Amino acid sequence: MSRNFSEKDLTLALAGCLRQASCELPEDVENALRAAMKNEAAGSLALSILVTIVQNVELAKTQQQALCQDTGLPAFYVSYPQGLSTRRIAACIEHAVVVATEAGYLRPNAVDPVTGLNSGNNLGTRIPYTVFTESDEPEIRIDCLLKGGGSENVSVQYSLPDSRIDASRDLEGVRRCVLDSVIRAKGNGCAPGILGVGIGGDRITGLQTAKEQLFRRLTDTNPDPVLDDLERSLLERSNALGIGPMGLGGNTTLLGVKIGTAHRIPASFYVSVAYMCWACRRNSLRFPL
Amino acid sequence: MKKYLQLPLNEPDVRALRAGDTVLLSGTIVTGRDMAHRWLTEEKPDALRPFLLNGAIYHCGPVMVRDKDSWLCRSAGPTTSTRGEAYQADVIREYGLRCVIGKGGMGERTLQALGDGGAVYLHAVGGAAVIYANTVRKVLTVFRLEEFGVPEAMWVMEVADFPAVVTMDSAGNSLHRERTVRAW
Repeated sequence: MSRNFSEKDLTLALAGCLRQASCELPEDVENALRAAMKNEAAGSLALSILVTIVQNVELAKTQQQALCQDTGLPAFYVSYPQGLSTRRIAACIEHAVVVATEAGYLRPNAVDPVTGLNSGNNLGTRIPYTVFTESDEPEIRIDCLLKGGGSENVSVQYSLPDSRIDASRDLEGVRRCVLDSVIRAKGNGCAPGILGVGIGGDRITGLQTAKEQLFRRLTDTNPDPVLDDLERSLLERSNALGIGPMGLGGNTTLLGVKIGTAHRIPASFYVSVAYMCWACRRNSLRFPL
Repeated sequence: MKKYLQLPLNEPDVRALRAGDTVLLSGTIVTGRDMAHRWLTEEKPDALRPFLLNGAIYHCGPVMVRDKDSWLCRSAGPTTSTRGEAYQADVIREYGLRCVIGKGGMGERTLQALGDGGAVYLHAVGGAAVIYANTVRKVLTVFRLEEFGVPEAMWVMEVADFPAVVTMDSAGNSLHRERTVRAW
């Protein structure tokens, strides 16, 4: 079956989706930031940082400006019905990225690693990153994520066993990896952060699994009771570490921990941590056909 | 209590600042991150001297949009400062900086240079980019735009009441020193 769609309409809708992703923080993240303010002492630096963050979220939305200047390397997860050309969808995504960059909703971030030259329009080798999955729905659905470089730099992958943190191949080992990553990140990932964790997989699928968790709402629960329990206990423990907003001390180090799994090979046991800054810019476009 | 600072700054005023002070900075600042710091260290360009002497460098790669013949700053939060640690002390000395603005703090070498030269590190909140963009009154000029691209170019901007917290001072105090935490 062959389906058709207007490339112009999809491009415009997606450019709007990127604008909104860049300027408007998802409601669940904003609510979590506001709730966190109640956990910080009056007059503390931690509270003043959270107040600044929430003010900025409000201003960005009102003024329709990029809430953080680092709009990352845009990533797209596309589900599409059988018969649709993924090349045509990919062309719309590239076009929308260029439009959103020209309008100042995305910063030009694509740098050639050899020449050092910035392409100027956010297009480049393997950029934008796009994953296609066929679905049964009569629509194109595109989830996008804008994740800044600061938080990407503190993301990390552990290979168990890891003697540095005395972590073996069990859930306690996983727990140690995650807490070690939070301590190593300090404030440099723009705390309070959100952790996407991938248990298992290989070097690629482990980090993919971790990053895909960042699409989950902070308010959701993990359907696996063991993982749900681990998510809650890791969040609580992380917030007791005292790292605080921007690493300057306080009770709010993380806003959420989300864990997914991927089957592993007997020889390998990876724990992958995708650190997301508080500016967790995700958005979803549903384009009916 | 907030302290108002007007650039260019003089040494006694900066030496009087202490870690923990909240400041509102006004005047001309210059953005500079990884590539800029390497350039300043290796080639020591003279064109930046008038802007940096007694001035401020801001670790920031802003979102800029063209407005006819000028530029508008749309989003301008801080980037991680530690990536400039290898260069920062030399840049402070070479150009006579009074302020380094960024996020996450810097290391002992920079702290030493702040003390030697009479300068401070000002911490801005990562991601709060519209608040800082709103303090920009005018984009005066830009250096290395073609070579470095928008995020890494050195943007010279006039700001009014840019809010920040002193987290490293000229007396050797730093709020960024490692906290000893036991995770498990």
